[in-house]
Amino acid sequence: MTLSRLAPYLQAGPLTAILFAFLVLPIATIVMVSFWDYDSIQIFPAFVFTNYEETITSPVTWNTYINTLKYTVIVWAITLLVGFWVAYYLAFHIRSATTQMVLFLVCTIPFLTSNIIRMISWIPFLGRNGLLNQSMMSMGLIDTPLEFLLFSDFAVVLAMVHLYTLFMVTPIFNTLMRIDRSLIEAARDAGANAWQILINVIIPLAKPGIAIGSIFVVTLVMGDFITVRFMSGGQSASVGLMMANQIALLQYPAAAANAVILLIIVLLLVGGILRIVNIRKEL
Amino acid sequence: MHHERRGPGFWVLSVFFVLFVLFLYGPLSTIFILSFQGPNGGLTFPMNGTSLRWFENLLFEQQAVGDFGGAFLRSFILGIMCMITTMVVSLLAGLAFRRRFLGAGPLFYLTIASLIVPSILISLGIGLAFQVFGLEPAWYSSAFGAQLTWTLPFGLLIMFAVFNRFNPAYEEAARDLGATPWQTFAHVVLPIILPSLIGVGLFGFTLSYDEFARTLMTSGSFNTLPLEIYGMTTNVTTPVLYALGTVTTVFSMAIIVIALISIAVLRKRRARRIAG
Repeated sequence: MTLSRLAPYLQAGPLTAILFAFLVLPIATIVMVSFWDYDSIQIFPAFVFTNYEETITSPVTWNTYINTLKYTVIVWAITLLVGFWVAYYLAFHIRSATTQMVLFLVCTIPFLTSNIIRMISWIPFLGRNGLLNQSMMSMGLIDTPLEFLLFSDFAVVLAMVHLYTLFMVTPIFNTLMRIDRSLIEAARDAGANAWQILINVIIPLAKPGIAIGSIFVVTLVMGDFITVRFMSGGQSASVGLMMANQIALLQYPAAAANAVILLIIVLLLVGGILRIVNIRKEL
Repeated sequence: MHHERRGPGFWVLSVFFVLFVLFLYGPLSTIFILSFQGPNGGLTFPMNGTSLRWFENLLFEQQAVGDFGGAFLRSFILGIMCMITTMVVSLLAGLAFRRRFLGAGPLFYLTIASLIVPSILISLGIGLAFQVFGLEPAWYSSAFGAQLTWTLPFGLLIMFAVFNRFNPAYEEAARDLGATPWQTFAHVVLPIILPSLIGVGLFGFTLSYDEFARTLMTSGSFNTLPLEIYGMTTNVTTPVLYALGTVTTVFSMAIIVIALISIAVLRKRRARRIAG
C-alpha cells in the first residue's frame, strides 16, 4: 500500500533529478555569476551590479535587442501564415487518413535532421554564383548577381522560416484535427460561407495550437545565435550572438547578465501569449 | 465523409503545399547533388563532371582539419545514451503523471520551461556550473545533460499524448485476472505503448545526434558531429563539406525509416493478433 503511494514519486524522481541538475542549477549559477566581477583572465565571486549597468546602459545592447525582436516578429508572422495554411490543408483538404499521415511525416522529417546542414544547404542556392542567381540571369531577369541573397537579414529570416515553420505546423495541425467536424457542418447548414467558417469557427478553435506554435517560434528566434551568425555572415547581431561573443571573450559575468535579461524578456513574451490564449485544456 | 467536388481553395492550397515541401527539401537536394561534384568542381553549380571523389576524401583520407570519424562515433554513442535515457525517464515520468502526486504541477512546468529556455542559456549555465564546481566538461557528462534538457520534454509530451488515449480497462482486466502490478505493466501496458515508445526513442536519438546550440559550450575538448561540421564550414572550401552533409543526412533518414518501419510492423502484428 505504501509502495503504491510512493510509486509516482519514484517514477518522477529521475526526471526531477535531471531537470534539477541540468536546468535549475545552471540557471541559478547564471544568476549568481551575473553579479560576479571579472578581469581579462578570470572571473571572481563578488556582488556587483556593473554587469547589468553596463548591459542596460549600452546602446549596442538596445540595438541588438531591437534587432532580435525584429527577427522574432517577422519570422513569427511568416511561420504562422505558412504553418497555418499547411496545417489547414492537411487537416481539412486531405481526406484519407493514410495520405494525411504520410504528408504530415513529410513535413516533420526535416525536424529530425541537422539544422547546421539545412543551413549549409542554402549556400549553393543563394550564393553569388548560386542556383537562384544563375537561373534569374539566364532568364534575363537580372544582369548582375543579387548580393543580398546570402549573408544578409534576408538570408537569416529565410533560414529561420525554413528551420522553425515545423514548430508551427505540428501544434496547429493537432488542434485542427481535434475540431469536431459537425461544428463546421452546422455552420455551413446555417448559411456560413467558407470564409466565415474559417474566421468564426476554425481560427477561434485553433488558438491553443497557434499559441503553442508561437511560443516555440518566439523562444527559438529570441535565443538563436547560430542561424544569425551563419546566415548573416557575421554582419547582423542578435542577443544570442552577443552572448556567444562575450563567452568567447571569457566575459562570463557579462554574458550571464545578458542571459538573465534575455530570460526575463522571453518569459514575459511567453506569459503574454498565455494571457491571450488559454492552452491548459490542450495539455 | 462527404465527397463534394473540390473547390478552387483545394487547388490553391495544393499548389501552396507542394511549394512548401519543395522549400523544405529543395536546398537539401542541392547539397545532395553537389556532393557528387567532379574532382575539380567547386561549392556551387555547375557540376564539373560527377564523381565519388568527395566521399572518398571524406571517408578514407586524413582531413586537414577535424576528425570526422571520432566526432561521428561520439555523436553516435551520445545519441544512444540520450535515446535510452529519454525512453526510460519519459516512460517513468509518464506513468507518474497518470496519478496525483505532490509537486506534479511544478514538475510539469519545469519540463515545459526546459523546452522554452533558450539553448544558449542552458549551454552557458551548464558550462558555468561545471566551472564553479571545478568539474571538467565533457561530451558524455555536461553535453549529455544539456541534450537531455531538450530530448526529455519531447519524450514526456509524447508519453502524455499516449496515456491520454490509453484505456485503463485493459489494466483493470489484467488486475481482475490476478496479475501483479509488474505483470500488468510488462504484459499489458508495455506492449500497447511500445510503438509510441519507439517514437520517443527516435526523438531521443535524432534530437541528440543533431543538437548544436546546447552542446556548443558543454562538449569539452572533443567535438560532436554537428560541432565538427560547423567548424568545417569556416575552413573547408571543397565539396567534402557537402559529402559530409549527405552522409549524415542519409544516416538520420535511415534511422527515421528504421523507426517508422518497426512501428508499422508492431502495429500490423498487433492488428493480426487481434483479428486472429
